[in-house]
Amino acid sequence: MPVLKARQALLDPIFNNNPIALQILGICSALAVTVQFETALVMSIAVVLVTAFSSASVSLIRTRIPTNIRIIVQMTIIASLVILVDQFLRAYLFEVSRQLSVFVGLIITNCIVMGRAEGFAMKNNVWLSFLDGVGNGLGYAFILLVVAFFRELLGSGSLYGYQLLALAGSEGGWYVRNGLMLLPPSAFFLIGMIIWAIRTWKPEQVEES
Amino acid sequence: MLEHYLSLFLTAVFVENLALAFFLGMCTFLAVSKTVKTALGLGLAVTVIQTITIPANHLLHTYFLQPGAMVWIDPSYADVDLSFLGLICYIGVIAAMVQILEMTLDRYFPPLYATLGIFLPLITVNCAILGGSLFMVERGYSHSESIVFGFGTGFGWALALVGLAGIREKLKYSDVPPGLRGLGITFIIVGLMSLAFMSFAGIQL
Amino acid sequence: MRRDSISNTFLVAICLCVVCSIIVSTAAVMLQPIQERNRVRYRRRNILIAAGLYDPDVPLEESFARIQTRLVDLETGQFVDEHERIDPLTYDPQRAARDPALSVEVPGRLEEFPFERRERYVLVHLVEGDQGWEQIILPVYNRGLWSTMYAFLALDADLLTVRGITFYEQEETPGLGGEVENPNWQARWVGKKVYDEEGNVALRVLRGEADPDAPHQIDGLAGATITARGVSGMVKFWMGEHGFGPFLERLAEEHADELAAEPARVAWQPARSRRP
Repeated sequence: MPVLKARQALLDPIFNNNPIALQILGICSALAVTVQFETALVMSIAVVLVTAFSSASVSLIRTRIPTNIRIIVQMTIIASLVILVDQFLRAYLFEVSRQLSVFVGLIITNCIVMGRAEGFAMKNNVWLSFLDGVGNGLGYAFILLVVAFFRELLGSGSLYGYQLLALAGSEGGWYVRNGLMLLPPSAFFLIGMIIWAIRTWKPEQVEES
Repeated sequence: MLEHYLSLFLTAVFVENLALAFFLGMCTFLAVSKTVKTALGLGLAVTVIQTITIPANHLLHTYFLQPGAMVWIDPSYADVDLSFLGLICYIGVIAAMVQILEMTLDRYFPPLYATLGIFLPLITVNCAILGGSLFMVERGYSHSESIVFGFGTGFGWALALVGLAGIREKLKYSDVPPGLRGLGITFIIVGLMSLAFMSFAGIQL
Repeated sequence: MRRDSISNTFLVAICLCVVCSIIVSTAAVMLQPIQERNRVRYRRRNILIAAGLYDPDVPLEESFARIQTRLVDLETGQFVDEHERIDPLTYDPQRAARDPALSVEVPGRLEEFPFERRERYVLVHLVEGDQGWEQIILPVYNRGLWSTMYAFLALDADLLTVRGITFYEQEETPGLGGEVENPNWQARWVGKKVYDEEGNVALRVLRGEADPDAPHQIDGLAGATITARGVSGMVKFWMGEHGFGPFLERLAEEHADELAAEPARVAWQPARSRRP
């Protein structure tokens, strides 16, 4: 049973209970970084790390946290972790951190992190909370990377910076890139489509309206 | 001068709308936009908090956090750079302001508290609030600019929220494919609204 | 001790603050030298790219050894070797532009340059050659659609021909205005002339495609009218009388002898001193 539960904690959030597609959590900041696959990837890794470690730390001290200041305690832990990630990015991935600018900082207010700390880590042991954090981070990363994949491929004809489709015009190729994909609204359309796809695949997620 | 502030305000409301151009505050944006009435309440709360916290964080940044900011205490602090503490301080200020506002409303304006009360805790984790403060720091606004910017971003966010709620209310009468019902179609509507707001880009005042 | 007692609340709060602040501060202090080095390296690399001297296989310090950094007072157009408040290594022009003591008001309301103040002192970079300097690299910036775009513009010693340009900080729409960072587009600047025969700033970005032989035209950026307008304005402002104009004028006079000694080069004279 415990083995199964650990697997559930890790894998459930990716398709069955995806934080973005089903719980409407954590869409906030991150969509602005999906124009390029590389920034989306770095952002995803950052979010996975922060959710995993914040859930684990909250769970570690969950029996000691006084109820009336628990939100601010969680917030402090999350903020410290985010600052750590931000500082490391600036030191070792300088170029990417320039593109991410304020969006790394906005992981603090990413509801997934907060929601998992409050909703799961306060009630479960350290290992499960850690896995749950990783799982939710991955669920978030999944959507982010799919969106980034389409936006970079259709918008710039490249992937991870490598030019896959030869661009028309002065570069002499055939692909006329889709300018809409580079603008913010395309991310919303893509997520709408992804949700549609997931819900067609798993009809139990369809909302009654 | 007035023109400059007006231009900053309009940019913050339309062109650089935090919700539709920068995706900030999306979680609450999508969750609390089912009816116009609640949307109005949340919009008002965000506008108030934004107008208070952005200038407050501006003071904090100017007098404590930016490199050499603490010279006014003692010239020997000229080399102190606390900017890495920015995030934790801003979120602290936001949480504190929300708490203070909640207590003030509860004590002095009970009717307003009854309408806004439930939304206030939501605001602490609203990325639009923190995002507004971070943009203010990145772009180096002056103090008076930060007040205008704070009000503008809050108002713009509220405007987008109420607009979306209005559309979603009407949506009840339309026949949406099952898989898109609810969240899916909402995302697509937000995308369309975002396109509409983008057409303000490039307006120079 | 009960979990919700006041003493426990304080204890947890204090412990948490101490632990978190130690972790965060340690990381920040330890990583700061690396971050600082990144910033300097990034700036230097872009200066080299603008000058067309960047080679990823050569250590940056080695390539940069040919480059000399000088402080210029834009008001007098003179080099300033010492300034009490400015250390060339840490000087931040973006902050100086907001500091009343280190900036000046931009006269009038210029269409091409929406800022009200600009910094008084800038750092220019001279590429040393066998006979004096060969190129001069000027820092320029202007507002685009979403953001302020910062660039380095490299001019030949004739102070007329562009040797290269690089945009090192901008947040324009990726793929549209953001294409100012595209090396292919930047390559089209090389060899263009900043001034026309009358000595007016003539170089500008067109709306469509430019004639490759036209000395003052650069291909437009598809779908990015406002970014392109910002880039044109940037050249117009910084190369004109409110930007580097006086400095370039003085520099040209200083090097008049040098230029005269080399008949192959067209001696460039600024508008004011040129006879009709």
